[in-house]
Amino acid sequence: MKKIEAIIQPFKLDEVKEALKGIGIDGMTVSEVRGHGRQKGHKEIYRGHEYKVDLLPKVKMEMVVPDERSGEVLKAITDSARTGKIGDGKIFVYEVMEAVRIRNDERGNAAL
Amino acid sequence: MYALNLLLLNTVTGNDMPLSLQTRLEAMESATRSAQSAGDNAWMLVSAALVLMMTGPGLALFYGGLVRKKNVLSTMMQSFILMALVTVLWALAGYSLAFGEGSPFLGDLRYLLLQGVSGAPNADYAATIPQQTFMVYQLMFAIITPALICGAFAERMKFSAMMLFMTLWIFLVYFPMAHMVWGKGGFLNAFLGGRIPCLDFAGGTVVHITSGVSALVCALYLGKRHGYPHEPMKPHSLVLSFIGACLLWVGWFGFNAGSALGASGLASSAFVATHFAAAAAALGWAVAEWIKNGKPSVLGAISGSVAGLVAVTPAAGFVKPMSALAIGLAAGIVCYFMVAWVKHRAGYDDSLDAFGVHGAGGTLGAILTGVFATNAVNDALKDAAGRPAALGWVDGNAGQVVNQLTGCALAWVLAAAGTWVILKVCDALLGVRVDPEHEIQGLDLSLHGEEGYLLEV
Repeated sequence: MKKIEAIIQPFKLDEVKEALKGIGIDGMTVSEVRGHGRQKGHKEIYRGHEYKVDLLPKVKMEMVVPDERSGEVLKAITDSARTGKIGDGKIFVYEVMEAVRIRNDERGNAAL
Repeated sequence: MYALNLLLLNTVTGNDMPLSLQTRLEAMESATRSAQSAGDNAWMLVSAALVLMMTGPGLALFYGGLVRKKNVLSTMMQSFILMALVTVLWALAGYSLAFGEGSPFLGDLRYLLLQGVSGAPNADYAATIPQQTFMVYQLMFAIITPALICGAFAERMKFSAMMLFMTLWIFLVYFPMAHMVWGKGGFLNAFLGGRIPCLDFAGGTVVHITSGVSALVCALYLGKRHGYPHEPMKPHSLVLSFIGACLLWVGWFGFNAGSALGASGLASSAFVATHFAAAAAALGWAVAEWIKNGKPSVLGAISGSVAGLVAVTPAAGFVKPMSALAIGLAAGIVCYFMVAWVKHRAGYDDSLDAFGVHGAGGTLGAILTGVFATNAVNDALKDAAGRPAALGWVDGNAGQVVNQLTGCALAWVLAAAGTWVILKVCDALLGVRVDPEHEIQGLDLSLHGEEGYLLEV
């Protein structure tokens, strides 16, 4: 099993969700996060007081999929989340040792 | 009963002797008086309510949105508790000390506990409305003035010290200043026998200079907020501030047009001047910012409108609409400069710019009133020959600018000295500033045991 963690532009969330639904991925966890990579922030000015904002709002999506599906999931996310501009985000893939469905104690792929 | 009275009246005045002209004239005069009183009283009660609305929710929202999320409730509470505290002090002694005849500098105790303040008018101040209406209308000014100061010590003052500070401040600074400018025989009262005829229609000196200058002293005395100016202290909700500023704009019609103390042509004139100044000032600030930063901000536009309303407050009942536009435009630009440049250069932390807007805007407005005031708008002041007296520079009375400066100087000195002494007393008795850990945690939790936003619950 692989855990796929994608950090994307907030306004791309719906498109990515639709793309994942299109290949049959329904389960995911989404959180609003702040961060930055190479993308520069912006400045805000309140009554002449200038603030540099470098931690920008992003959306983090997490899902765990069977090993053999991870390739098509990565493609679905990159295709739908890409604008081609700096700040599009990153995807990280992790090995997952075990999965448990709390309701009935199913294990492994069956729990996904 | 009524029919019986009519019958009796008929038998007395009836067929054989007609109603005398005298009686009919008296009846008509009385009916006219009561009609005017009804109209004036209706407008003044609405105005009083409008001025209260400026403090809560107007100022509470305006200030509440400008602080950080962790201090929103404590900031709103300062405005709200002053609505309660000042009302009680006003009823006990405040009205009397401000509007009793007394000396040139403070009223006497003739209206202590509001004795003698009834439905009958007080002809010295407003001959067509009940004195109770006048009393409660003036109370609303006494509420918003100390509430304005709260902008300077936002996010760091103890609640207990704030209550003590405001109680002492209203006695030592507000009541004397209100008496000097508006009280009968007051030192600066141009209309009721003052020594120096200072023109202040709705409270440029009494409300805005006193609160603005006191705010500056508070900011200097309390020192900067923890982390200022390195840590981000962005306004947590400009949406709240926006709603607050719009309520202030509308409420200000009660403040300025209501200061005509009747539903008169003068009220219309003050209403128009007020509105025009706010509009010009919003544009002035926003455009100045646009040129300087490349973007016109919402906070800039709403701050500008407030600056314009402040500056036109002393002028409202004395100036023509075009003068009001000029006053507003000047206020928008000057206050922007004070807030965006002078404050950062000087390095004091007037957190919500109570001094930059009310102190600077109030002083500018008081001086410009001496320039633009004209008897074409307000002819209440008569010269020795009984003709309308020349008011400001535009009427050829350049000396009025000096009178205005004297009034400003008195207000500055009284506010600065009074505030400094009161802060010393409060600091010795209670300590004025919260502990650093409470400041970091936020005053909502540490002082009031509540949070403003519990969206996850």
